[in-house]
Formats: sequence, C-alpha cells, structure tokens
Amino acid sequence: MGPVSFLLALPLLTALALLLTPGHQAERLRGISFVGSLAQLLLSLGLAWGTWQAESGLSMDGLRDTQLHFMERLSWFPSLKIQYLVGLDGISASMLVLTGIIIFTAVLASWQMQERLKEFFVLLFLLVAGVFGVFVSFDLFLFLVFYEIAVLPMYLLIGVWGTGKRRYSAMKLTLMLLLGSAGIIAGFLGVYYGSGLQTFDLLALGRVDYAPALQHWAFPAIFIGFGVIGALYPFHTWSPDGHASAPTGVSMLHAGVLMKLGGYGALRIGIYLLPEGAKEWALVFLALTTVNIVYGSLGAIRQRDLKYFTAYSSVSHCGFILFGLCTLNLMGFKGAVIQMFSHGIMTGLFFGLIGMVYGRTHTRILDEMGGLGRVMPWLAVSFYIGGLASLGLPGLAGFIAEFHVFLGGFFGNPWTSQTVTRSLTVIATASIVVTAVYVLRGLAKVFQGPQTNPAFADLPAVRWNEKLATGILIAVLAGVGLFPRLLTDLITPSLLPILARLGGTS
Amino acid sequence: MTAAPEMLAQSGRLPFALEALWLVPLLPLAGFLLGGLVLRPLKLRWLPQVAAGFVLASLLLSLAAVKAFFGLFPPGSEHPALVTGAIDWLPVLPGLSFGLGTLIDPVSLLLLVVVCTVSFLVHLYSIGYMADDPGKARYFVFLNLFTFSMLGLVLAPNLLQLFVCWELVGASSFLLIGFYFDKPSAVSASKKAFIVTRFADLGLLLGLLSLAWLGFRLLPGLQAAGAVPPGLEAADFALLNHPAFHEAVLALPPFVGLSLLSLPLLLLLMGAAGKSAMFPLHIWLPDAMEGPTPVSALIHAATMVVAGIYLVARLFPAFAAAVTPLEVAAFLGALTCLFAAVIACSQDDIKRVLAFSTLSQLGYMLLALGVARADHALGHTAGLFHLFTHAFFKSLLFLGAGAVIHAVHSNDIWRMGGLRKKMPLTHISFLVAVLAIAGLPPLAGFFSKDEILRAALEGGHTTVYGIALAVAALTPFYMARIYLVAFGGTARSESAKQAHEAPAIMTIPLLLLALLSVCAGWLPMAEYIGLDHGHAAHHGIHWNIALPATAAALLGLALAGWLYTGDRRARREALASLLGPLGGVIRNKFYIDEIWLFFARRVIFRGISAPIAWFDRTVVDGAVNAVGWLSRALGASLTLLQSGQLQGYASWMLAGTMALVLGLGMLLGGN
Repeated sequence: MGPVSFLLALPLLTALALLLTPGHQAERLRGISFVGSLAQLLLSLGLAWGTWQAESGLSMDGLRDTQLHFMERLSWFPSLKIQYLVGLDGISASMLVLTGIIIFTAVLASWQMQERLKEFFVLLFLLVAGVFGVFVSFDLFLFLVFYEIAVLPMYLLIGVWGTGKRRYSAMKLTLMLLLGSAGIIAGFLGVYYGSGLQTFDLLALGRVDYAPALQHWAFPAIFIGFGVIGALYPFHTWSPDGHASAPTGVSMLHAGVLMKLGGYGALRIGIYLLPEGAKEWALVFLALTTVNIVYGSLGAIRQRDLKYFTAYSSVSHCGFILFGLCTLNLMGFKGAVIQMFSHGIMTGLFFGLIGMVYGRTHTRILDEMGGLGRVMPWLAVSFYIGGLASLGLPGLAGFIAEFHVFLGGFFGNPWTSQTVTRSLTVIATASIVVTAVYVLRGLAKVFQGPQTNPAFADLPAVRWNEKLATGILIAVLAGVGLFPRLLTDLITPSLLPILARLGGTS
Repeated sequence: MTAAPEMLAQSGRLPFALEALWLVPLLPLAGFLLGGLVLRPLKLRWLPQVAAGFVLASLLLSLAAVKAFFGLFPPGSEHPALVTGAIDWLPVLPGLSFGLGTLIDPVSLLLLVVVCTVSFLVHLYSIGYMADDPGKARYFVFLNLFTFSMLGLVLAPNLLQLFVCWELVGASSFLLIGFYFDKPSAVSASKKAFIVTRFADLGLLLGLLSLAWLGFRLLPGLQAAGAVPPGLEAADFALLNHPAFHEAVLALPPFVGLSLLSLPLLLLLMGAAGKSAMFPLHIWLPDAMEGPTPVSALIHAATMVVAGIYLVARLFPAFAAAVTPLEVAAFLGALTCLFAAVIACSQDDIKRVLAFSTLSQLGYMLLALGVARADHALGHTAGLFHLFTHAFFKSLLFLGAGAVIHAVHSNDIWRMGGLRKKMPLTHISFLVAVLAIAGLPPLAGFFSKDEILRAALEGGHTTVYGIALAVAALTPFYMARIYLVAFGGTARSESAKQAHEAPAIMTIPLLLLALLSVCAGWLPMAEYIGLDHGHAAHHGIHWNIALPATAAALLGLALAGWLYTGDRRARREALASLLGPLGGVIRNKFYIDEIWLFFARRVIFRGISAPIAWFDRTVVDGAVNAVGWLSRALGASLTLLQSGQLQGYASWMLAGTMALVLGLGMLLGGN
C-alpha cells in the first residue's frame, strides 16, 4: 500500500476506531478524532512536500503530459477497464493540504459538541475520506465513487445535527448536488464512449481529441454539474440554506473543502478533457461567474444572519474560482486554484468563528450583537483578519488569488473576445469595493460600537482548542499571502499540461 | 531618472547603508510582529519604547543612506535609480514577474526621510499622549504596522509592491481611525475612510493591470531592439518611465479618444486622488480625525495622504509623456486647494480645520505636479518640495492641536482661548507652524510655495496661478483664525482656564518639528531632486513671485487679525450676513457628504442590494423550490427517507451508493 492509499485509509481507520469506542466516552472520542485528523494533516503535508520536490525537478518547457507522483494502479473491474488509479500532482497536493488543515481545525472547532458525538465524527471522517479520494483519483469511475461518498454524508450531518429548517436544507442540498452529479455522469459516459478507448483512465483520456459535437454538449454538462457544488449562478441556492443549517464543523468542511470539488472537477476533468468545448462555452460561463462575483457580494450587504452573510460572500468568492477557470490562461487557472485554497482556509476560519461566537451569544443575528470586541478580543481579531483576507488585503492569501484571476481576465485568451473578457473583468473588480462594504459593515455591527446587550458583558473566555484552530488558519492565510510561491511553485507545473491541451502557451 | 544598466549591475558594491536599505521597512515590521505576538500578549510595559526604537533605527539608517547616496552622486549631478535587495516574489508567467525590493533615488530618499522623521517623532509624542490609554499597546503595534507599510510604499521599485503597500497603509489607517472602537462615530469614520479609498483603489488596480499588460506585451520587443536595459520586469517603474516604452505605447491605437498611455495613468490618478483626498473623494479625510490626534499628524497629514502625490511624482516621466493626465491633475489640484481652503475658514473643530487645510495643501502639491511638463519640470520639484516642508509644519500643527485637546478636553476652538500663557512651548511651536504654512519668509512654507507659484506662472497656467495665489491668502487667514481664537484672548471655558503644558516627551517633538518647519525650506531642493539640471537650477528668491505671495499672506493675516483679535463678534456677524446663505453652504462643506450618503444608502443599499437579496430568495430559490415541490408531488416515496433514524439514513445512503455503482456498471457492461 502506497502513501496515497494510506492517506485514504486514515480517515476510515479513524472512523473505525470511533465506531469501536463507546459513545459516552466523549473525551476518548475527541482524542481519537484529534489524533486521526492530525495524522491526516501531517501526511497530506508530507505528500505535498514530496510532490513539490518531484515537481521542482521537472523542466517547465516540455511539460505536456500530466505527471503523477506516488502513483498506484490496480485493476478493479477489468471488464469495464475500471481501475484503482490514484496519484498526486501539484493541484491535488495543494487540495490535500487544504483538506488536512480544514479537518484538523474542524475537529478542534467541534470540541464542545455534545450531541451524538460518535456518529458525528464518524460521518465527518467518512466525508473526508471521500474528499481525499476525489483529489487523488485519476480514474473517472473511482472519482465518481469518492465524489458521492463525499457528498452524501452531508445529508445526514445537516439533517441530524443542524439547526433551523435543517430537513429542508439538507434535502435541497442533496437533491441539487445529485442533479449536478447527473450532469457529471452524463458527461463522463460521453467521454468514455467518445474516446473510443472505453476507459476511465484520466491520463489515457487526456491524450484523445474528442469530436466537436461531443465537446459541445459534454463540456457544459460537466461544468454545470460541478458548478452546482461550486455555487455557479443560478445553481447556488442550496448554499445559503445549507450553510445556515449546518453545524460548525460541517460548515467548515463544506464551504472550506466540498465546494472546492466543483472547481477542481471542472478544471481537472472538464477543461482538461474537453478543451474545445471549454473554448466554445467560456464566454457564457464567464458571464455567469461575473454575476456570481458581483451578485453574491451585493446580496451579502443586506444579510442579517452571520451564516447567510458568509454564505453569500462564499457565492461571490467561489465565483472567482470559476471565473479564473473560464479565462483559459495560466494566470486565471493559477488564480482559481489559489482561490480554492485561500477561500477554503478563509471560510473555514469564518464558519469556525461563527460557531465560536454563536456558542457564546446564542444568536447569529447581526443587529442583536454589537460591541463584542471588548468581551471576545481573540475572536474579534481573528474575524477581522479573516475579513481583511476576504476583501483581498495584500499580505493575506485572498489577494494573491484575486490578483491572478484579475490578471487572467485582463490578459484574456486567443479564443474569446478580448473586449468582452476585459469588460467582464472590470465589472468583477467592482466586487473588491462591495466586499469591503459588507465585510466592514458586518464586522462593525458584531464587534464594534457600544455594547448593546448586557447579557454579553460576561461570556466564557476563548479556549485552547479555539485558539489553536483560529491560529492555524490565520497563519496559513498570512503564509500564502506573504510567500505566495509556497503555493504557486507547487501548482504551476501541473497546470501546464492542461494549458497544452488547450493549445495555449501561457 | 531611468536606471542605468551599469548602475544596476554595480549594485553589489554599494555602501552598506544603501545595500541594507531593505532593513528600513523591515525594522518596523519586526517591531509590529514582536509587539503584536510577544510583547502585547505578555503585557510588557515598555512596548511603546521598543516600537519607537525600531523606528529610530530606521530613521538613522535612512539618514546614513542619504549621506551615502549623495556622497556617491553629488547634488546637482545626474542621479541614477538603484534597486537593491530585490527578490522574485510573484512569478506569474514566463516574462511576467513581480519582485519586491528597494528603489533608491532622490525622490524615494526624500520620502524616506519624511516618513521616518515624522513617524519617529509621532511615536515619541505618543508615548506621552497615550500614556493613560488602556489600548496603548494595540496603538503602538498598529503604528509600527503603518510605518512598515508606508516605508515599503515609498521604496517600491514596481507598481505591484506599491499597490500592496498602498492597501496596507489603507488598512492600518482604518485600524487607527477606528482605534476607539466603542465610539460609533470613530467606527463609521474608519469604515468610510477604507471604503472611499478602496473605491479609488479600483482605479489603481485597473491601472496596474493595464500597465502590466502593456509592459508584458511590449517588453520583449523593446528588449530585442536594445531600447531598454536588460533585467526589467513589466511593472517596474524603470520600464514605465522609459521613453522607449512611452514611444511604443503611444504608437498603439487609442481607446475612446485616449492614448493607451493616458488611460492607465488616469486610472492611477483616480487611486491617487482617493488616497490624497482630492475632490470629490475627499470626504473621508475630515472624518478620519476621529482617530487619536498623533495618528492624524502622522497618517492624515504628513505621510499616507501624500502617497497619491508621490505616485504621480514617481511616474512623472510617464505622466509627462501622456500630458492629458497632468492636465487633469492640475485641474483637480486647483479645484481641491481652493474648495478645501474655503471650507477651512468656516469650521470650528480645530482638527477639522487642519484636515481641510491638509486637503488644500495636497491640492497645492498636485497642482504643482500638474503644471510641470517634460521640458519644464519645475513643478515636479516644487510639488515634492512642498510635500517635504508641509510634512513638518502640518504634523507640528496636529501635534500642537493634540497637546491643546489633551489639556482642554475639547476640539472646539471656541472652548479654548488664552492658551498662550498656559502652554508656552506648545504656543511658540504652533505659532511657528502657522507662520510657516502661511508662507512668510524665511520659514519653510515660503520657499516651497514660492516654487509652486513660479512653476504655475512660468508654465503659462495663469488661471491655476490665480487660484494658487488666492489660496495663498486664504491659508494664513484660517490658520491665524484658529491660532488667535485658541491661543489668544482669554479662556472661554473652565477646562481652558485649568489647562497646563504637556510633558517633555510631548513638547520635545514639537520643538524639533518647529525647528524643521523653520529650516526645511533652506535646502536647495532642485539640486537634489530636480529633473532638469541643464537650466533653471537657480535657487533663490524670485521677487516677481515672492512679493505678491507675501502680500497675499499678509492680507490673510491682517483680515484674521481684524476679525478675531479681542471681541469682534459684530464684525463677524456683519461678514456672515454679507455672505448670506452661501455661509451655510460652506459650513456644511457644500453638502458633498450628503450626496455620497444618498448614493450609498438609497442607490446601492436600497436600490440594488436589497432587491438582489429579495430576488435571490424569492425568484431563483423559488424556482428551485418549485422544482422540488413538483418532484415531491410526483414521488411521495421520498418521505420514507425522513424516518429520523440514523440506521435508516445510513442504509439508504449505502443502498444509493451501491445502486449507483451497480447501475453504472450494468449500463456500461451491457454495451
């Protein structure tokens, strides 16, 4: 068993260990989850380090084939040529690190959770196994299996542990995502047959030129299919309700990692396999994602609930991921992947903090808070750092991502009208102002001004697990923001084969 | 001002102070990290002294750098631009990379001295001013963060580093304006400052994107032709200021009637206008006075607000090649300097008068840059000269006002009075600053204002000259007004009666700044930073300029004296009735804030944002719910799923996954 399989096994082993522990031993359950998630974080960091070492040895010029590191290939259903094909390139490695960080901090942020702790953590780790699986699968069938494993526990996690109209939200989320899966499956089948190879091997499929007719319908099917989970307008409406109803740890994983599966799949499979379809449809999706960016941020201004507020902000920020992809150039792709990473960390931080604030105030309504900065300085500072990252302040990760995406949109590509691309980019840049408006307004309502509610004068102090979780997430935001090459050097070589498929040079 | 290639290559053998100049911004950064991560959590009491120490080290190093630089390249000679300490921070594409580094030329050294000096003195002063404030650790941490960002900005060798630091100074300004975060007015002022400047930064960002794109497209051709030195990157100032680059850009077809050089520079000018609070983006600066007064002295008088002026000066060769942006700059500068000076005459809050005065003086600087041209760059020198002198006397005015506010516990000049005797050191230094900004010889303001007026007149910009001359009379009027009301006469309130002098840690910076406000004008600035060394480097007093300017200043002072010495209520009321409703319009700052507020509240919030939130929840989500309702009506079996039993859910999930795998397998196997 290679290291990648071991990484896939780790969350399952953690879940198994949890299953074998009696449900009333809360301390032990937390301990197992802590150790298990820490091991996953460390192993994903190790794998990323190994990938980075291997990538830095590659020459950037002649890179036309996807290079897989730590590859494992086993035949699974020989009759259908379905394989267990896993491995890593820079993009997947960066996503593994993101997942590792989020699961570790999500466990920390769920420390005070009481209700059905055992089942909660088991499902959480099952979900993580699915997410890890998606990021390392290079066989489409395997990818799909992991994808469903990642998506389905969400139904239970929200339906059982959620708040508010949780049943409705869970059902809506699951149905919409399954609808997306239908598009993805249709596209996959099209590729499977259209290639003439009858294989799900992504590496083999990536060497085929598909018929224009196939690309014409399969690309939008796959892009929209993944777009649903990536909050593509107008398929994003599961997200505000889903986030609002989900418990803290689940929101963190969902917004932090699961939504990234959308951008990842759209890039890794949609654009990589069907470059002509991507060129044909780029402008349509560029326009839709511009709507995402601007509409999401404008929608966020009027929200009254912290979670809806963050969810709309996510709609806007996830728009940057898909927008970057649709620019079809290296800068846009890089920006998209960096945004996946930085938005993952950022929303992880936001939802974690919302949970911590809610755990103290028992309200998420902005107008009912006020002046909380005095009583919870640690959370206030963390929230402000997250907020500044979200409005794209240089020095934090969000800026690096947005800057790349804007450059990508501004430079354009040879296949779509440069005037239109550039105009859409100019419209999208307006979001940096709108984001500043809602972030500063929202945070000021919660933390600044005089304290309005006397009940909040004396709230529990911040705990070690909360400090550790927020501290890690902030350090990562600053690390990527100050040393962007930590991330760009890792992902750039892996983006070149995708660009080569498009026929572009830069 | 372009970098000579041999100089860049030679940069390995520079004097230590120049080689190590990257330490200048990093020292306050170290102070910020040490303070924020170690000293503040440990509640160590000497954090302010440590913070000031880091800035002092930066100050000493920059002074050494100035000495070393002008030792290598004596004043009056051609000055190269050196880049040291460069790292490849953000490689984006092969052929497009953004570095970090330090750009050393006379202009960046000038700003370096200004920023370090004022920052250090403000740190020193703040040790006294903030002594009893429970949040003083946070205050000094933010102050160090600001100093780092501002130093990184002035040393930026390319547009991206400038943008990065530009945003960081904006953020630290936001944090410091909102320092008293319990106070709703401070909170809304900090938001307003950030959002208004952020709006302007949209222009800066788009300008940066355009110039990076132009640079990326044109650089390979220019390098192949040997027109530009090797080793340049697309957003380097050395490239953007290179004549060959201008020529290549101007050869491209224009867009909506503007050359491709003018367009990005106009966008940059929008960013500059936001940061330097030019009309109509000025609205954030008067409100920014909600921050602690030393912050106003440092950020909102001497350093951050001049960043816009610096940006135009930094890219002056490009601006001069495009011309149109300079014409816009001259117009904006002239408009703002007159508009703000008029408002300054009507305000009663001492800090607000100073804020409008800052606006007016920033307009003066931009106007000076705007009247300069490639073949007649006197305005460039004059604008920077005024930036230099203004930094000292304006921060002195703010710190003096801070000492007064500290003593009187009010910002209202009509609650002060008679402070001349109670606070002798503050009084004398404030008086020096008033006379310096009034432009009386031989104080600093006289020389720099003289240069600006000369640049406008000799450049043939008669209207601009007329406005500048009018402002030269208004400035002494409103400055003398606050001086006479606050320091002259007798105490007008109980607290003013009990006022006493500030401690030495506060008065020493005042006296040092007073000294600088006297002497700063004596420097032969043209020899240090002038662009045209061949001619017009003649330093001295130009009587045709100095006489009308001094006459205007004396007129302003005399009018203020006539209205504000002793009890002159009757005269003031006569003047007010003469102005009629116009007086109210001026006192209300021409209602510009109200217009913006209407735009933000009614148009953006109610007109756009609220409908979008409604549309999303009702129409888009409604469509989704309608589909869901339809499918539920069709398949009532779905309700079986909601048994509420965990095992039930789990088995359904397992079954679903199995069905998916099997179904897909069968579908494919059947083929």
